[in-house]
Amino acid sequence: MNAEFDYMLKRTVRGVMSRREFMGRASAMGISAAMASTLLASAARAEGPVKGGVLKAGVSGGESTNSLDPAVAASPAPFAVSMLWGEMLVIVNEKGEVDPRIAEEISSNADATEWKFKIRSGVEFHDGKTVTAEDVVATLKRHTDEKAQSGALGIVQGISEMMAEGDMVTLKLASANADLPFLLADYHLQIQPGGGYDNPNAGIGAGPYKVVSFEPGVRAVFERHANYFDSSIGHADGAEILVINDNTARTAALQSGQVHMINRVDPKIVELLKGMPGMSIERAAGRGHYVFIMHADTAPFDNNDLRMALKYAINRQEMVDKILGGFGSVGNDFPINAAYPYFDASIPQREFDLAKAAEHYKKSGHDGSPIILRTAPGAFPGAVEAAQLFQQSAAAAGIPLEVKVEPDDGYWSNVWNVEPFCASYWGGRPVQDQMYSTAYASTADWNDTRFKNARFDELLVAARGELDGEKRKAMYSEMAYLVRDEGGLICPMFNEFVEARREEVGGWFVDPTHELMNGRALAKCWLTA
Amino acid sequence: MKMPLSALIGLILTGAFLFCAIFAQWIAPYPLDAVIGGVWEPPSERHWLGTDTIGRDILSRMIHGGQITIFVALASSLLSFGLGSFLGFLAAVRGGWVDQGLSRLVDLMMAIPSLIVALVVLSVLPINLTVLILIMGLLDATRVFRLSRAVAMDIAVMDYVEAAKLRGEGQSWIIFREILPNALSPLVAEFGLRFIFAVLFISTLSFLGLGIQPPLADWGGMVKENKDGLIYGKSAALMPALAIALLAISVNLVADWILSRTTSLKGGRGG
Amino acid sequence: MHPILKMVAQRVALGLLLLLAVSLLIFLGTEALPGDVAQAILGQSATPEALANMREALGLNQPAYIRYFQWLGGILTGDFGVALTNGQDIGQAIGQRLGNTLFLAACAAAISVPLAILLGLVAARYNGRWPDKVISGITLSTISLPEFVAAYFVIFLLTQVIPIFQPVAMVFPGMSFLDRLQAVALPVIVLVLVVLAHMMRMTRAAILNVMQSAYIETAELKGLSPMRVIWQHAFPNAIAPIISVVVLNLAYLVVGVVVVEVVFGYNALGQYLVDHVAKRDLPVVQAVGLIFAAVYIGLNILADVISIIANPRLRHPK
Repeated sequence: MNAEFDYMLKRTVRGVMSRREFMGRASAMGISAAMASTLLASAARAEGPVKGGVLKAGVSGGESTNSLDPAVAASPAPFAVSMLWGEMLVIVNEKGEVDPRIAEEISSNADATEWKFKIRSGVEFHDGKTVTAEDVVATLKRHTDEKAQSGALGIVQGISEMMAEGDMVTLKLASANADLPFLLADYHLQIQPGGGYDNPNAGIGAGPYKVVSFEPGVRAVFERHANYFDSSIGHADGAEILVINDNTARTAALQSGQVHMINRVDPKIVELLKGMPGMSIERAAGRGHYVFIMHADTAPFDNNDLRMALKYAINRQEMVDKILGGFGSVGNDFPINAAYPYFDASIPQREFDLAKAAEHYKKSGHDGSPIILRTAPGAFPGAVEAAQLFQQSAAAAGIPLEVKVEPDDGYWSNVWNVEPFCASYWGGRPVQDQMYSTAYASTADWNDTRFKNARFDELLVAARGELDGEKRKAMYSEMAYLVRDEGGLICPMFNEFVEARREEVGGWFVDPTHELMNGRALAKCWLTA
Repeated sequence: MKMPLSALIGLILTGAFLFCAIFAQWIAPYPLDAVIGGVWEPPSERHWLGTDTIGRDILSRMIHGGQITIFVALASSLLSFGLGSFLGFLAAVRGGWVDQGLSRLVDLMMAIPSLIVALVVLSVLPINLTVLILIMGLLDATRVFRLSRAVAMDIAVMDYVEAAKLRGEGQSWIIFREILPNALSPLVAEFGLRFIFAVLFISTLSFLGLGIQPPLADWGGMVKENKDGLIYGKSAALMPALAIALLAISVNLVADWILSRTTSLKGGRGG
Repeated sequence: MHPILKMVAQRVALGLLLLLAVSLLIFLGTEALPGDVAQAILGQSATPEALANMREALGLNQPAYIRYFQWLGGILTGDFGVALTNGQDIGQAIGQRLGNTLFLAACAAAISVPLAILLGLVAARYNGRWPDKVISGITLSTISLPEFVAAYFVIFLLTQVIPIFQPVAMVFPGMSFLDRLQAVALPVIVLVLVVLAHMMRMTRAAILNVMQSAYIETAELKGLSPMRVIWQHAFPNAIAPIISVVVLNLAYLVVGVVVVEVVFGYNALGQYLVDHVAKRDLPVVQAVGLIFAAVYIGLNILADVISIIANPRLRHPK
């Protein structure tokens, strides 16, 4: 490339020359648009973060019923909002490791029953107060209160004692848990001044951006927190999150430049969006999975041969292709994939096998009456179509499935965890222990497959306190086999986060932890032009 | 009296839509939910109108979808008509507290926007065709009630009705033998408009996810399924949208003609 | 008392009575809904204890009639209560969103009402000839398109093909008037398309109806130009039916634009209501339902009053 082009490139990266002008001149020099934009993107990365500007994200999944209270955040928009104003003790990074944030150092005793978190000095809340160990303890305490309705209740309930001394927070656990730091990275646990007891909706935290205004289900406006402790993130002067639930309007807003990035791009339009100039599609393989769940203690699903028949009768690759549009990977009937630490990749993949399905079905001695599979449009995106595909492939093995479409409303209270066979989804958890404890331990409230296995429960507790990685991995492997070959879970696919950004957004990287770079895309990216 | 060209076109198109709806099972080249092509294929010899978001034939889905759309709209407008016009006539003939009671009740129901009532009710009831037809029919009956009451009021003071009353005819005779035949033509025109309203309403409900549930399809639902391709110039969403519009226009043309005939019967200048 | 004043007073009193009845209907209707508010709020992640706590906190254990009078008393004193879902003050949230609703309706009305009447007059003037046919044909097509279809066409056309407007039409406090106009441009276009036809057709029909009267013939015989006859003689006498259809459409612009709000992400009352219906947030559903009903009833009273005033026989009692 010649010197003139390099000069143009630099000017564009610094924002002196507009992107449009750059592309125009590049094409005049005979450089293809695709080539020019690739060069621009890599030049932008090499140049490093650009300060200033206002980054905007268009986010699907917000309602006017939302609030700023991090304890009750559940949908994508409140999540993204709380990850900007809030800061937690620790965070799970893009490699699946724990990064210290408000906690500077983490240590535990030998059997993982007592944990110490040293609070970083000089971290400031947006109201100017300094974050203390007392604030941290008060925050965790508030989440243990039933009235707070915290999504992290299950996590903090396991902490039997919380103490603040000087800059040290000490947490004692009822039973050993080697994964506690991962659990404390739950996005509900944003540290609030005084624990947020006074006003949980204040939106005051220690995160990289301050809330300027918040209109539920519409927009949140932020400005940079000048005294934020970590200068490596928070590049833009301001940030905005616009709630745009309509897919078409969200995509159109990205293309027209009204926003710089959007979440939840429909797989159908990925190819079309890719063809537009200045757009970039970002995929991240996460831990979320779409499932069909059988109650293993309810007829006819109390027969393992029938369960196996159904597991063999589902065409996983077809599901990934048609339901996820290829943006995902096949599941293996246990809720863990390569995104988890201690995943055993040697467990053989269960294949679509009509002969085996028919054989197991025959052995089960089922009377041939229709097996009712309940689903709803909101069970997961494409759940109704997925159930129909399942019905067709099962019919080929002689298994009579009957799909019953239920209304979205009330699905999570009347069907899921109530009816013996239905469609559902799991967003995944940062560690295997949390996933299994939430939904596969015999006594779990959300054991939605009624999987009760003494050996499994024993391994779950043992693995939780096991600090030796190799031994731990072996235990998790054995547990995976138990769920896969005896459980009531049919897990055909793991879905990916599919998002899109404009090319003037610099600094994007893949973070499988959660949507929009674990909710921090607006803080970690910057505007190049 | 000669039929104007526009009404003739409307009549032919309406007839064609009805024909396709009735014989959908035989006409449609493919079944409703068969996946037989790629995603959003352009129109071709195999798929005259192309394929949809997961590769189903749009023409076939539109024919089947038309059946459902037209059936639901027709059933609900029949319901609203039967109920609304009967009560409207009754109110006009009986007068007194019957009229007062019914009229105030209708005022009350009309004060709450029908889309909102439908949203609230459909968010709690199981959504199936029966529920949809009932809700749409009941909500719309209020409008039919007002019209038919007004029309019947005009007729009820005519000499021939007075004569029938003096002859000692019963109320049902008066309603069915005297008023109904004379009110028929404005009511038929109104029926056309109500039918169109029902088509648009069911499309809107489906668009909001509260109408016809998959795997069944209606035109509104098909627009919703395919709308994401619209801003990339994919025509899949266009076809059902055009079908809705065309049906609405055709029926409107016929209704206009019937209405204009009734007004000219009253003795207009050019009549 | 002047008979007009008396009639107006009667209408207003009747309207208030109707509103009271509607409030009872709304309250009972929403009470009768099956399903559990606490469950709807807490969603998939609710433990039985949390559910019980929630029900207690929401006061769901009190008898219905007590809650009705508490609710009604609150509204009369301007207190709509707080939303169950996020504890926001409903009155405040509604205040802002009602402003947005009215702004959108006003913009759409400012364009569509004069345009519809003008087109109606022109169509009536050229009754049966080509301008009439073109106008009627175009309005017939716009009335035949579902709103959401019109919305996506407009998004496609005016943000992608000719990118002059923004697809997402949110407005915020502190926005300048011009910015607001720019933001609502697309929803306004869609709404104008939707309401234009109905008003135009009624104007045309009303004018044509009056044109059959003897005094119009007299005016024509006097040699006045056709447009003048329509404007000076026919229009004033056709005003009552025109006003009533205009008011009907104004009411629609306020209470019936849920779909347009949803598509364009416009932060007004309809969207607010839809979100809270889904979460079974009854206080909000009741409050918004009542406001919509009040707007509808109020506009109808207005239409009645205008037609009373416009009626010469009532204006000049013997």
